[in-house]
Amino acid sequence: MKLTFLDWTIMVIYFVFVLGIGFALKRYMRTSTDFFLSGRSIPAWITGLAFISANLGAQEVIGMGASGAKYGIATSHFYWIGAIPAMAFIGVFMMPFYYGSKARSVPEYLKLRFDEKTRGFNAISFAVMTVLSSGISLYAMGLLLETLLGWDFSFSILVAALVVLVYVFLGGLTSAIYNEVLQFFLIVFGFAPLVFLGLKDCGGWAGLQMRLATVATSNGFASGAWSESWKFMGTPAANPMGIEWFGLAMGLGFVLSFGYWCTDFLVVQRAMAAKSMLAARRTPLIAAIPKMLFPFLVILPGMIAIALTYKSGGSGFTLPKKPDGSFEYNMAIPMMLGHYFPTGMLGVGLTALLASFMSGMAGNVTAFNTVWTYDIYQSYIKRGASDQHYLWMGRMATVFGIVISVAAAYITTRFNNIMDMLQLVFAFVNAPLLATFLLGMFWKRTTGHGAFVGLIAGTVGAAIHQGLTLPMGAHAGIKGGWFGAVHIYPSELAQAFWTAIFAWSACFLITILISLATKARDEKELTGLVYALTERPRDDQLPWYQRPALLAVLILLGAVVLNIMFW
Amino acid sequence: MQLDIRLPIGLMFTLLGVLLALFGLIGDKSSLQSSLGINVNLWWGLVMLVFGVVMFLLGRRGTATARLTEESPEGMKIEELEHRSGMEK
Repeated sequence: MKLTFLDWTIMVIYFVFVLGIGFALKRYMRTSTDFFLSGRSIPAWITGLAFISANLGAQEVIGMGASGAKYGIATSHFYWIGAIPAMAFIGVFMMPFYYGSKARSVPEYLKLRFDEKTRGFNAISFAVMTVLSSGISLYAMGLLLETLLGWDFSFSILVAALVVLVYVFLGGLTSAIYNEVLQFFLIVFGFAPLVFLGLKDCGGWAGLQMRLATVATSNGFASGAWSESWKFMGTPAANPMGIEWFGLAMGLGFVLSFGYWCTDFLVVQRAMAAKSMLAARRTPLIAAIPKMLFPFLVILPGMIAIALTYKSGGSGFTLPKKPDGSFEYNMAIPMMLGHYFPTGMLGVGLTALLASFMSGMAGNVTAFNTVWTYDIYQSYIKRGASDQHYLWMGRMATVFGIVISVAAAYITTRFNNIMDMLQLVFAFVNAPLLATFLLGMFWKRTTGHGAFVGLIAGTVGAAIHQGLTLPMGAHAGIKGGWFGAVHIYPSELAQAFWTAIFAWSACFLITILISLATKARDEKELTGLVYALTERPRDDQLPWYQRPALLAVLILLGAVVLNIMFW
Repeated sequence: MQLDIRLPIGLMFTLLGVLLALFGLIGDKSSLQSSLGINVNLWWGLVMLVFGVVMFLLGRRGTATARLTEESPEGMKIEELEHRSGMEK
């Protein structure tokens, strides 16, 4: 892929604006609350767009395109049941506790609701997780740009890291949120023409369906397996994802999706920066609208790529293969950019790709510096210092967070397995969290000891489940089966979904048991933290389009309609 | 008071739109084969230009902005809490 002067100019313009926003906001970062919470002053539509943009990192764009090629339209389950219901739920039911409790972070909510040890466990695991995952995505970016454009690995990750460092250092969370909104629009504008051109090359939706039928039958599935999302979910063998509807709905639709969207500080932080309770509640609801439409932007290109590879269109696009004969699924979107976009538009498309990497990274970095400063530094290292001191610490945390990320990216180039293992451990730690939050928010009898032991039990449960099972065709090792394979899952996805289900159930049960056995907290202390003891926000004075409950119903209806359309 | 987010977005898209559309008009047309004969630069450049101008004009109203903690009621509550509980001096 060759870039011209025009493409470079476009990229440089983007960098100038991104850094410019950081410099322009520098003088508004006067207190630590400005830096970590944007002074709790941002309108809902901005935090809403930042809410999805922070999640729209490299994994989303490249990974969802790759899954679109690998699994077809069934990938939309990651959105229409794997995100939308959870986003509606957090907006209506959970945000009143996060925002109303005046917790400054998700771990701090755990401290208010439960106790110090539960917060500490969550804060430390979250902080380690975020810097390392930002390192892993940096690595993915460096690798991609190296294969795609021949850029030097070190050059691309250092430039990206430096730009994110500068704008977060200067403008804190506000800078990250502003840039996420800018990046959101850039990603939409950069990829939308790709979908149009690809579809045109296929001969429209009908042409795409016809080609996808060839893909499905050549892989030994029924002809609609790539273009119908639910029809083949009856048994794992009938669909390319290798999962049945129950594991999908419970594992992905409930545990993983609610666990991510409702408890991950990376996204919740955006809503916490909103200017009022109402704005905070509307944040995920506003975010859900574009989120619902993203499959057309990120999954469809992958589907088009595989369709044209099996049955070529007019322009002769094909997906490259790895040396072992399997497809380079991760290259689906990048290769299409290079194939369809002329110089100029190519610059916009590649800049959009870079923007997605950077928005994801900035999301991680701001979540890290806040949890580090509030939940680790202020809680365990230095309490009661001046506001300016914590502001300074936030900036320092930004610097060392990014330095660790870069180091992690280099370590990944040497020891791929260590990073795979770490990600597995993170998955174990994350999987049970949802049970802790649901019980904490909706059952006042839940105790701190219950929550803490439950979390540990869930993590151990996940590890045991993984250790006893294997995905089909894999050997014991990183994929599981350390204690001998008692059960073989038809696919890695199925195994991951069921690991989550087991972890959640273990945490749920143990938390209840231990809570009943330990002393309950005084109800007076739980006001504003638990559903039964908190006054409901009153929405009946609001115009209809501002009412969270009504918005949530409309969004859910939208998701139902989309599911039916692509059944 | 502060920077309205729509201003930088508007400016950037206006700039990119003008660049693309101009190049689509006067630039080399031989690379259009790859985009199925459609002049993507021209048409999409114009769309981006319109979007940029609209965002810029809306941004001049100055309503879509973060504010300083001291001007934000919710932000002040956090500051108060930090001081009252002794987390900060």
